[in-house]
Amino acid sequence: MEDLLNAAVLAANYIVIPATVYGCQLALGALGVTLIYSVLRFSNFAHGETMAFGTAVTILVTLSLQGIGVGIFPLPTALLALPVGILATIGLTLATDRWVYRFYRRKRSEPIIFLIVSIGVMFVMSGLVRFLVGTDDRVFDDGMRFLITARDFKELTGLGEGLAIRTSQLITLTTALTCVGLLFWFLEHTKTGKMMRAFSDNEDLALLSGIDPEKIVRIAWITAACLATLAGTLYGLDKSFKPFVFQQLLLPIFAAAIVGGFGNPLGAIAGGFLIAFSEVALTYPYKRLITYLAQSSWEPEGLLQLMSTDYKYAVSFLILVMVLLVRPTGILGGAKA
Amino acid sequence: MNYLHSRTLLFSVTALLLMTVGFVQSWNVALTILNLCLISAVMALGVNIQWGYAGLVNFGAMGFAALGGLAVVLIAAAPVEEAWRASSTQIMFCSVVTIAAASAYFVVTRLFVFTLASKKALAFFTIGIVVVSSITLMGPAIRKIESIDPSLYGYLGGLGLPVLLSWIAGPMLAAGAGWLIGKVALGLRLDYLAIATLGISEIVVTLLKNEDWLSRGVKNVVGLPRPVPFEIDLQRAEWFQHLAEIVSQPVDSFSSIFVKLCFAGLFVVVLALLMWLTESALHSPWGRMIRAVRDNEVAASAMGKDIKKVHLRIFVLGSAVIGLAGAMLVTLDGQFTPGAYQPLRFTFLVWIMVILGGSGNNWGSVLGGFFVWFFWVEAEPLGAWLIDILTLGIGEESALRQHLIHNAAQMRLIVMGLLLLFVMRFMPLGLLPEKIGKVS
Repeated sequence: MEDLLNAAVLAANYIVIPATVYGCQLALGALGVTLIYSVLRFSNFAHGETMAFGTAVTILVTLSLQGIGVGIFPLPTALLALPVGILATIGLTLATDRWVYRFYRRKRSEPIIFLIVSIGVMFVMSGLVRFLVGTDDRVFDDGMRFLITARDFKELTGLGEGLAIRTSQLITLTTALTCVGLLFWFLEHTKTGKMMRAFSDNEDLALLSGIDPEKIVRIAWITAACLATLAGTLYGLDKSFKPFVFQQLLLPIFAAAIVGGFGNPLGAIAGGFLIAFSEVALTYPYKRLITYLAQSSWEPEGLLQLMSTDYKYAVSFLILVMVLLVRPTGILGGAKA
Repeated sequence: MNYLHSRTLLFSVTALLLMTVGFVQSWNVALTILNLCLISAVMALGVNIQWGYAGLVNFGAMGFAALGGLAVVLIAAAPVEEAWRASSTQIMFCSVVTIAAASAYFVVTRLFVFTLASKKALAFFTIGIVVVSSITLMGPAIRKIESIDPSLYGYLGGLGLPVLLSWIAGPMLAAGAGWLIGKVALGLRLDYLAIATLGISEIVVTLLKNEDWLSRGVKNVVGLPRPVPFEIDLQRAEWFQHLAEIVSQPVDSFSSIFVKLCFAGLFVVVLALLMWLTESALHSPWGRMIRAVRDNEVAASAMGKDIKKVHLRIFVLGSAVIGLAGAMLVTLDGQFTPGAYQPLRFTFLVWIMVILGGSGNNWGSVLGGFFVWFFWVEAEPLGAWLIDILTLGIGEESALRQHLIHNAAQMRLIVMGLLLLFVMRFMPLGLLPEKIGKVS
């Protein structure tokens, strides 16, 4: 019995909790991509950099808050700085829309033109981010590190395995849940949200009903900027902030959005968790878990790892490519391929 | 100003820019930039074949360049005989399994009629068999290979053949990969194709970074042979010392310039050959057919053109050219560093070259390759100089000034992004627009 409990704790500590937290972060990112896709109808390659920008501003504000000694211990100061980061990112996305994307929208350019333009935006934003905070790795989580440490858990329960829960993990989970709840409430129950869904379903009909497309687009960018900053900051709090890593995050996020069905918000969430759980589960060495489950009568050879952890990112690309080839509309259905 | 005039003018401007660097900084720097400009031009030609001729979005240029680079290692690196001995049986088994599975797949799909879905399923099944059996067979062999003197070898090594052969093998390897990828990914909508190719290229680079037995992974393969003499040998050679005396240059700096000139000569030959090939292809009936397919798929297929086949061919050709550029780059560097492959530099920058130069115009791609690479390299000193002047007013030791100067290197990302945005907005056809000429 104790072995089974130990196995459960082990699985929770190394697979379920990290994957859930990572899944929340991916889902928030993927929601932003999917939202822009359904309203502006293009894949926004600059989304990873938008996340990085929001996080960078948040970090700068955090640093100056720390400088004057303002904090909200045990929570990280970054939460206090977050609204500023969100506002700055909203400003940035609205400015890019006004100066870059609106021109092509009026010309009714092909989605591929938007995509190429978004690469230009990606370059500018990544330069901006590096200009703001440099290229180094930054840890900016200054709150209480752990809600419960592995040692405390062991003492508390008398089990052989420990369960550590970090504050940042709990913050990620609660923030993501609140955000997703708010987003769906907004899309389902407010007039603007309904307008947005109508616009995404059928642009011509929406225009005929007198919906102002510019307003919808503005709201889409504002929502995407909020989601991006949140996703970026939560990821940064949980791990660390490095511009290059955020650039790499773009593909898992696309993978999450596409796997769930591009343009489908529920799909983005499902996709985020699917990608996160596969990445963690496929690269976790199962040796100890199996030993517990087998009641230690038999010890397996090797680490029992399906893939080396170096392939963590590759797992998401693999899932992405497979889904694109086998079921391009995603598991929950989305735009046609 | 007509097209030919502007072309001459733009290329002269580029030459002038390079010469300015030669006079202001040094000829060594100018030649380093020139060599990479030439390679960039080849890479841009490859992307232009896919995007400019046929409108295919390949965001996997990085992967093909990396495969071209791998070819240099496989062809030219000295073989690690112990590793070959340790694993020859397993390698043979794996090859037999692969070939058998592939031919079985082809025979079965030719003999019986399949729906597309079941064909796909069969393909996946075949690939699965090959992968699983290779992993089980190769596992112990790989561990053995990687344990052979890991600080020096720990990989299979190459064939020890002349390095220039890799300029043929690289394109072939990339073309093979291009065929596989094209076979599965073409036919997707353009933005999905973009994301899929980007994902696949990341997988390729991840494999190269981690499969140490093949590419030494992040331990890099250094000391690859060169098609041109080494500086140190030149400095010792008598004829070279004479030559240096004639041009009245110090021997050691002249030797490095001489080596770079040799590389430049080789690259110019390759580029000229490639330009001749691509230009004659583009202006042949075949080239017109490709453009017809790009401009109106429905009309072209109504005229009896097999769109899928055309797309696949173009994808393979373009991939081969990108692979060639990758092989040239690794040959120039003399080392293979899988960690250096980043999409920003190897995919998106090349796209900026093509779009700036003018999609669909080969001369444009070459020009774009030169221009973009020049500013990619020179943006850093230029940016630092600019920031230095602009911030003189706020005091020498000001934190803001220090911060800005420290991050001046990031200027190039902003410059490149703005360049792309301006071109897309104000001259979407690029510096040298595609010529839609009269049929002669």
